[in-house]
Amino acid sequence: MSEKKDIDEVSGVSTTGHEWDGIKELDNPMPRWWVWTFYATIVWAIGYTVAYPAWPLVSSATQGVLGYSSRSEFSTTMDVVSAQQADLRQAIADKSLEEILADETLRRFATAAGDAAFKVNCSQCHGSGAQGSAGYPNLNDDDWLWGGDIESIHQTIAHGVRFAGDDDTRFGEMPAFGDILSADEIRQVAAHVVSFTGTPSDPALAEAGAQVFADNCASCHGDNGQGDITFGAPNLADAIWLYGSSEREIAAQVRQPKHGVMPAWQARLGDPTVKQLSVYVYSLGGGQ
Amino acid sequence: MTLVTNNAASNDVERLDAEAVNSAGKRQSLYAARKKIFPKRASGQFRRFKWLIMLVTLGIYYLTPWIRWDRGPYAPDQAVLVDLANRRFYFFFIEIWPQEFFYVAGLLVMAGIGLFLITSTVGRAWCGYTCPQTVWVDLFLVVERAIEGDRNARIKLDGAPMSVNKLGKRFSKHLIWLLIAVATGGAWVFYFADAPALLIDLVTGQAAPVAYITIAVLTATTYVFGGLMREQVCTYMCPWPRIQAAMLDENSLTVTYNDWRGEPRTRHAKKAAAAGQTVGDCVDCNACVAVCPMGIDIRDGQQLECITCALCIDACDGVMDKLGRDRGLISYATLSDYNANMALATAGGTDAINPDRVRNENGRLTDKVAHFRWKKIFRPRTFVYFGAWSLVGLAMLYALLTRDRLEVNVLHDRNPQYVLLSDGSVRNGYTVKLLNMIPEPRVIVLSLDGLPGATMNVVGLDQAEGRSASVPVEPDRLREVRIFVTLPADRLDEAGERFSFVVEDKASFESDVYRASFNIPEASR
Repeated sequence: MSEKKDIDEVSGVSTTGHEWDGIKELDNPMPRWWVWTFYATIVWAIGYTVAYPAWPLVSSATQGVLGYSSRSEFSTTMDVVSAQQADLRQAIADKSLEEILADETLRRFATAAGDAAFKVNCSQCHGSGAQGSAGYPNLNDDDWLWGGDIESIHQTIAHGVRFAGDDDTRFGEMPAFGDILSADEIRQVAAHVVSFTGTPSDPALAEAGAQVFADNCASCHGDNGQGDITFGAPNLADAIWLYGSSEREIAAQVRQPKHGVMPAWQARLGDPTVKQLSVYVYSLGGGQ
Repeated sequence: MTLVTNNAASNDVERLDAEAVNSAGKRQSLYAARKKIFPKRASGQFRRFKWLIMLVTLGIYYLTPWIRWDRGPYAPDQAVLVDLANRRFYFFFIEIWPQEFFYVAGLLVMAGIGLFLITSTVGRAWCGYTCPQTVWVDLFLVVERAIEGDRNARIKLDGAPMSVNKLGKRFSKHLIWLLIAVATGGAWVFYFADAPALLIDLVTGQAAPVAYITIAVLTATTYVFGGLMREQVCTYMCPWPRIQAAMLDENSLTVTYNDWRGEPRTRHAKKAAAAGQTVGDCVDCNACVAVCPMGIDIRDGQQLECITCALCIDACDGVMDKLGRDRGLISYATLSDYNANMALATAGGTDAINPDRVRNENGRLTDKVAHFRWKKIFRPRTFVYFGAWSLVGLAMLYALLTRDRLEVNVLHDRNPQYVLLSDGSVRNGYTVKLLNMIPEPRVIVLSLDGLPGATMNVVGLDQAEGRSASVPVEPDRLREVRIFVTLPADRLDEAGERFSFVVEDKASFESDVYRASFNIPEASR
């Protein structure tokens, strides 16, 4: 091992012995501050692995003497936030919907919380923007099957629509007129319904349908097709159609109506959350 | 001592037992302990100039947070304030919001180009005069000198065994250093909060922890950098000495030892002259080495460690005055002047340096010697730097003078893109952000331009549906409002999709426009 050190002539520093095209690598020592910083990081790392979870074991890992975990930090943070929001949550539980809407702070808190609850529980059917789709009502517009004031919205969310598990659920069912009316009568009444807002395919057909409508439909949908929120009977004289606006689609709905079901949320989410959802839906732009 | 008495001229000149600590000639091992430097007090024009610079820079640093500037009741009255909590930066009459931070970027660009400009003309003037490291080291040296005495006394004290006297001096020196360091860190935090209120909070222990932590960190860095590390910061930590080498050219001023008149140096000039030898102006008194805060010998030539503080010029000029020689043996000189004079002294490089070629019979410099002329500053390179610097500055000034203090930003709802209403009309939702960027409350009139027949409704404002609405906005705040724009069914086909939100302040006639679009169902197109 008594290898002779190769000293670079120019700098007087020993080399590592590596040489590329006559260029030698000098073996200058590390700067002392660097070396001491390096040692310090090693010491720090030892302390760190003792204090924090670090060493993998067979089925777990060392916990560290500080007992830290990101999961407990998260739950602590959530507890702190919950504690900070306790007053607001209590106020929402205690106050009426009208009072919540009148209070700017409560309204904003309820809207934000309702938004979050909506994304988790409601968006599957109504869409993430509450825009609905065929068979699922759009909650942004001003057309409401069961009423668009805050109390009606709350009632609908709390007890659902045609939901078997809730005695107070909204209930209204249209008979299947395929068994009652002839195929011609159904075509006539569909043309008549179209004539409320648009141009039917055949005016004579629509005129013939007027009597069919008056005899069979007006009791729920009104003389002019304006609907009735008591039975959840849709307004047939507006631009919004749950199951389509063509004569064919209307005829299909007369013959064999589809009825959507919405679960009751009161029992599942609790009243404060339902209140928040109500405030959120009310704020979407169509609230009455 | 007998030798000295033989030499009448150098009788007046004290020869200093000084040696360059940092010298290319005897570069130490990287593991060698630092050799202490005991800079001797210098006096002269550059020292006086540096005192003045120190007074001005420290004055700006310590006093700026205490300047008041009235901005009315809705904004702080501190002239310079970085309000991190509210994300505002105040600089006298200028208020900057976070999105206007590019002004600060512009200032940094100007500082960068300015540094190029300064370096290409007067060399490392930043290092020598205004760099905080230089200024604070100077301040710390004043304290050290006042307590422990000048160079020789300090060397003696350093070598003396520990005693009550030495301990007392060291204790008071470090105590005053720490007090200065605390004041330095303390002044920094005043830029980030209302200074008088923060001072009371700091003293009573009620200030935010981050304020104390910042002061502690800056106290530590000031004390360590200014008191303990000193020249090592410049030599080992600072990148600027490396960069400056690329910035200098043959017409840049650097502190130069003019060996074309100084060599051959001798401590016994008269004796040597009497013996018929050639004698340069340098009497090798080491005054330049003794005053150097970087511990170098400028006579080794331009080197990385030199911060061009010019104290060696002062020291040498004092000696030259005593000797009755021309000042400027060490001087600010450009490389081209130096080369010209060197050619003169060496007869075009054919001979060794002979100062007699540049001196007349009185020992004064001849007229052939080149001196620096200010005209040399004006050369293409400095014009380019100055032009770039001015362009950035003018562009920033223009942007600042014409910037908007009223802005509107609009987010169009994407989910849902539109809402069909029961009467067949179509509604679009927008989130509109109104920025009132002055410290006064304003009523901003928001109106629709284009989209005939459309009306709008500001949610929560309780105003009638219409083409415009008045939105009150708090001073110096952003207000976010939800807006529903509704287009009637019979106007859907004739409506162009593009329209504008126009915001106006009817009092100041400021306005801003946001071009928005309106979505309608595919079937209605």
